[in-house]
Amino acid sequence: MSTAPSSPKSQERIGVYVCHCGSNIAGVVDVKDVAQWAGRELAEDGVVIARDYQFMCSNLGQELIEADIKEQGLTRVVVAACSPHLHEATFRTACQRAGLNPYLCEMVSIREQVSWVHTDRDLATAKAKALIAGGVERVAWHEPLEPLIVPINPTTLVVGGGIAGIQAALEIADSGYPVILVEREPSIGGHMAQFDKTFPTLDCAACILTPKMVAVGSHPNITLLTYSEVERVDGYVGSFLVTIRKKARYVNAETCTGCGLCIEKCPVRVVDEVFEAGLGYRKAVYRSFPQAVPKYPVIDTEHCTYFQRGKCKACQIFCPTQPKSINFEQKDEIIQVEVGNIILATGYELFDCRRIPQYGYGRLANVYTSLEFERLCNAAGPTGGEVVLRDGVTKPKTVGIIHCVGSRDSKYNSYCSVICCMQSLKFAHLVKERTGAEVYNFYIDMRTPFKDYDEFYQKVLAEGVHFVRGRVAEVTDAARHPGEEGKIIVQVEDTLIGRQRRIPVDMVILSAALEPRRDAQEVAHKFGIACSANGWFIEKHPKLDPVATMTEGIFIAGCAQGPKDIPATVAQGAAAAARVIGRIHQGHLALEPVRASVIAERCSGCRICNNLCPFNAISFREDLGVTEINPALCQGCGTCVAACPAGAITGTQFSNEQVFAQIEGLLMLDFSGAPRGAAVRMLEPALS
Amino acid sequence: MSESERFEPLIIGFTCNWCSYRAADLAGTSRMKYPPNVRLIRLMCSGRLDPTFVLKALANGADGVLITGCHPGECHYLEQNYKAMRRYYLLRAMLTQMGIEPERVRLVWASAAEGARFAEEVTRMVEDVRRLGPLNWPAIAADGAEPAASRNGHGPAAAAETAPVVPEEAKP
Ligand SMILES: Cc1cc2nc3c(=O)[nH]c(=O)nc-3n(C[C@H](O)[C@H](O)[C@H](O)COP(=O)(O)OP(=O)(O)OC[C@H]3O[C@@H](n4cnc5c(N)ncnc54)[C@H](O)[C@@H]3O)c2cc1C
Ligand code: SF4
Ligand code: SF4
Repeated sequence: MSTAPSSPKSQERIGVYVCHCGSNIAGVVDVKDVAQWAGRELAEDGVVIARDYQFMCSNLGQELIEADIKEQGLTRVVVAACSPHLHEATFRTACQRAGLNPYLCEMVSIREQVSWVHTDRDLATAKAKALIAGGVERVAWHEPLEPLIVPINPTTLVVGGGIAGIQAALEIADSGYPVILVEREPSIGGHMAQFDKTFPTLDCAACILTPKMVAVGSHPNITLLTYSEVERVDGYVGSFLVTIRKKARYVNAETCTGCGLCIEKCPVRVVDEVFEAGLGYRKAVYRSFPQAVPKYPVIDTEHCTYFQRGKCKACQIFCPTQPKSINFEQKDEIIQVEVGNIILATGYELFDCRRIPQYGYGRLANVYTSLEFERLCNAAGPTGGEVVLRDGVTKPKTVGIIHCVGSRDSKYNSYCSVICCMQSLKFAHLVKERTGAEVYNFYIDMRTPFKDYDEFYQKVLAEGVHFVRGRVAEVTDAARHPGEEGKIIVQVEDTLIGRQRRIPVDMVILSAALEPRRDAQEVAHKFGIACSANGWFIEKHPKLDPVATMTEGIFIAGCAQGPKDIPATVAQGAAAAARVIGRIHQGHLALEPVRASVIAERCSGCRICNNLCPFNAISFREDLGVTEINPALCQGCGTCVAACPAGAITGTQFSNEQVFAQIEGLLMLDFSGAPRGAAVRMLEPALS
Repeated sequence: MSESERFEPLIIGFTCNWCSYRAADLAGTSRMKYPPNVRLIRLMCSGRLDPTFVLKALANGADGVLITGCHPGECHYLEQNYKAMRRYYLLRAMLTQMGIEPERVRLVWASAAEGARFAEEVTRMVEDVRRLGPLNWPAIAADGAEPAASRNGHGPAAAAETAPVVPEEAKP
């Protein structure tokens, strides 16, 4: 139909394949009419054959394309079927089998974008034709491409030594490959190391975690860098160059035996805000906890008398090793390592309960956070596992546990923190077991999916724990009658009986939300990945690719990706490891060749593009006076292509020609499917 | 389009590969309905949106252009959608100067989970552009226009020239 095609590509031999998808497409779109139209009206645009077929993605459908490529000498293929996100790979592979470069195949979505969203048969058929015209015009401008092959360095960096990072590191190390594990705190272990028991089996956290921590500490394939942080990441998948700061510990790891005499002799006691959640103390020279890995202590210079006032050195004096293992002169060390892949397992932070002042945390002594309670009932914790009030002696007679604190609330976090219901049930059980107190759980909905979880709920119900359904309005010490005197009153609307209730208790535990680390955005930026609106690291695909990210070579695991329990965290740690091991096995990786490049002759050296690339792929060659793009760093977003005022940047699979041609094709037919006039010429780029 | 019937605008929609194209996919898999006036083009990122794409679409007969991408902060290329946003505002200012209602070009964020939002925004856009009526691009661009070239004039040979947008008698 179309006007004199001046396109230099119109000598292409294009095959168009229209899929019925059973009745999914054919039920709404007149696929036969579409195929006939394409064969007839798009002949001048290079279409030499157009077919319709029941299921293009079936073996027979694919063979149809392959046979045509071979027998008809097709040089381009357009498949009008489902979304390319479903079957682009299928049809590209079919083309490749028949000897056609896979990137010369274009998919047009006439199911998701036509038959499933439109109802009028004529209009849907018209739109399907227009979309195919767009695909045909575009594909003429496609170029044969080869995937980029990059070698994979067999060493992996794992960031974060919680249970997610530990699992990932061990899986990789056990399969024989080197791992560098970087942990910010003086010891690995993460949140799990702080817990007493773990739901639903109530096995002791330390008993299941400590052996894994020890294995990490002694594994010949793991280099453990605690009290360290990643400062900078350069390079790309297969060969990242990572700069790490090892903070000064003031303890010499080579000679320290971990005997702990220094800790014993240190005269300074400091409230331990990290591991003991503010409930207990540590010294100025300390180990996070007795089973810490590694065993070497660190000196907290902010509280150390020597660092503050120049006197003391008790730790050094009493250190029994020769030479002394305490070294006040130690400095931060910057090291650089080369790795092929990176797993981020930086975990979560607890919601700050002070943000809900009506719940009284920080004001009412006997209102606790969930992590405080974990320390309170931990045998190695500040009370030796005794569940007592802040006075250190009184056992509570009634305890209220509030679910969803900071979760499922549009004022704070609209998401569900996943673990709080089970963790609150665990607390209810532990309180009953340790004190025999009456326990009230205040919940909005009880969420106990997964193996053995609902059974645990039934068990706690049978133990006589009270459940009140409703969002707590207030936690207060303002008594209204003598019975409330000296108590904390939980005010709630019990939605099951439709009545306001005031329940006096001795202790309140707030099951606080899990939140992204406050530096998650910064960390994401450093590693070139993204955070969701809620602040969790974004996975490549929420269902089908939960541990990969959009950035090749960067994987995520555990709560850094979103709230989850320990079993799910461990599964993700192992999954991320499996992905990495697979790549190391291959030795190299084929990357999609969707890349930008600079046509040096056209580049004016203006450098407008230089700061646009989030992956640092663009650099300026001072010697040549032009800009260059590193194809291994470029992810192919195309922003620089759109920005270059000289039109000097072009992109494979997203050139101006391709998009312009597609626009022309799409607008070939009007709304009802009648031909429109000739296309309008426009030069690229129009800005000067 | 038969004259007796109501005006049916043609709209070109640009989507990004990761969020809004997947939102369109989801609208499909969820069998949501929206009017068939929109024809989509998949870019990798809204940051790829060269303003000339929009001009090209309008010059070639589109009555409106819908630009879509990931929500701010959720861009799969980190922050390129902010760059798309900056260009969008510039483009709207430019369209106004050219005498084109800026409402013909619209930027909408839709995450991969927002099939419903995608369908709603498309529907709204179609209604709004229908109210604006057809875009009479050739008349608008007539001032100082040079003689037209053929379709596909964007080819390599033509690309070396630099001239403003040049329309042809683009009416059926
Ligand atoms: C009170 C409470 C009780 C719970 N009880 C249970 C239970 O009984 N059963 C259960 O299955 N789940 C339970 N959970 C959930 C459980 O805590 C998590 O599933 C699990 O700890 C997640 O592990 P992780 O490794 O992803 O994160 P984390 O444990 O948070 O570990 C992350 C690690 O990364 C380090 N890190 C962070 N940022 C950086 C950085 N930039 N560089 C280097 N290192 C960094 C941190 O120091 C930390 O060591 C509970 C949660 C809470 C709050
Ligand atoms: S914007 Fe274009 S001309 Fe300017 S430096 Fe980058 S590539 Fe060269
Ligand atoms: S296309 Fe995107 S990723 Fe590639 S160099 Fe340009 S801005 Fe960077």
